[in-house]
Amino acid sequence: MSDHALLSVQGITKYYGQHIGCADVSFDLYPGEVMGIVGESGSGKSTLLNCMAGHLAPDGGAVVFDTRVDGPKDTITMSEPERRMLSRTDWAFVHQHARDGLRMGVSAGGNVGERLMAVGARHYGDIRGQAIDWLDRVEIDADRVDDRPTTFSGGMQQRLQIARNLVTGPRLVFMDEPTGGLDVSVQARLLDLLRGLVRDMGLSAIIVTHDLAVVRLLADRLMVMKSGHVVENGLTDQVLDDPQHPYTQLLVSSVLQV
Amino acid sequence: MIELQNVSKTFTLHNQGAAVIEVLSDVNLSVEAGECVALTGASGAGKSTLMRMIYGNYMAQSGTICVGGTDLVSVEPRDIIRVRREVLGYVSQFLRVVPRVPTLDVVAEPLRAVGVSDAEAKARASELLSQLNIPENLWSLSPTTFSGGEQQRVNIARGFAHPYPAMLLDEPTASLDATNRAVVLGLIKSAKERGAAIVGIFHDEAARAEVCDREIDVTTFATGQAA
Repeated sequence: MSDHALLSVQGITKYYGQHIGCADVSFDLYPGEVMGIVGESGSGKSTLLNCMAGHLAPDGGAVVFDTRVDGPKDTITMSEPERRMLSRTDWAFVHQHARDGLRMGVSAGGNVGERLMAVGARHYGDIRGQAIDWLDRVEIDADRVDDRPTTFSGGMQQRLQIARNLVTGPRLVFMDEPTGGLDVSVQARLLDLLRGLVRDMGLSAIIVTHDLAVVRLLADRLMVMKSGHVVENGLTDQVLDDPQHPYTQLLVSSVLQV
Repeated sequence: MIELQNVSKTFTLHNQGAAVIEVLSDVNLSVEAGECVALTGASGAGKSTLMRMIYGNYMAQSGTICVGGTDLVSVEPRDIIRVRREVLGYVSQFLRVVPRVPTLDVVAEPLRAVGVSDAEAKARASELLSQLNIPENLWSLSPTTFSGGEQQRVNIARGFAHPYPAMLLDEPTASLDATNRAVVLGLIKSAKERGAAIVGIFHDEAARAEVCDREIDVTTFATGQAA
């Protein structure tokens, strides 16, 4: 692992009127690291994720990303075209609902190919070849390449969304409840897939979820949020097995044992 | 290799009347390369707590826990992860894996994580699984459906796949038959021969006598009743 942070989040704050979305959140994420953010509904975890990914404008703070060309750069103050380019190349965002991250009227192959075309790919055969390769990696049969995602199951749509996001070889992936709403057997398959991709591609990822089992399996580090504030953070298994903050203790002890 | 100085541990249960349980205090412990040290003491004395602290799983309230020169108490999570990947192995009593992943991959994973090729990692994993008498027709299946003893042997195979310079063993011979017990003791001995520093918990007294050089009674560090 490099000693240079890939993403440095500094004092991110977002208000919704009088109400705090998230307050003064800071951390560094290093290449190859996977960080989980947990907390109950309304704790500010999705607000934070959307501020970092450029979907929401924070009221204060900086999100410094180590860009390939110019080195560390604040993505909040960079120009809109620059930030768009980043979100098509080095960044990826996996939405909780696959239909938010897919073009439902375009074929599966088109969904994957579109991102490639956005970064300049023009050769139809190459694009189709890469799309089929990625469908295979996320375990979707090559003969479904011309079908629209509307004909896919929820789990398949989610895997297609992941393929669409990862085809351009991003360095940082934001995920919002990637396994939410999927049944357990599909979740396990998706987790296994994500773990393999993270390891093989050396990805860094930030995963927002309320599922503690998911973070235990995927995340190296864990940040616990409550009412917009970070109440605890550290090594995932340490936070889950020896929680220090009253809220984390409550969260961990509230999980039903199977 | 493993060096603890003035380590203490308390649990504060905020949601149970903020009860404070003092478990260990003033722990000093040093384990050299090639040495195997057994933690002893009655149930509840804090053996597992201490072992989990050496793994960085439980937080220490004070002191230093150095493994291979890195103080796990003060470093960042990514440093602990690096120590666990390269330096410190842990055979716990329970197997925790992603469902659906084949046993052979589960055992090969620690080697893959340090950059060993897929083929080489799988060859080593096969060798360990056959040594531990896991039938070959099970290797392609997920260990989640295996019997308790089989899961434990998979866990042991996984723990011994990469030649860690330091190892923690939590009841490695529990629930094993005589044949497999002997295999595990053999693995521990050869790990010592190649210079691994080992800390273990063994309720199996004969096993302890056979592989351990020293015993440390955790009760001497105990400050009260422990979880």
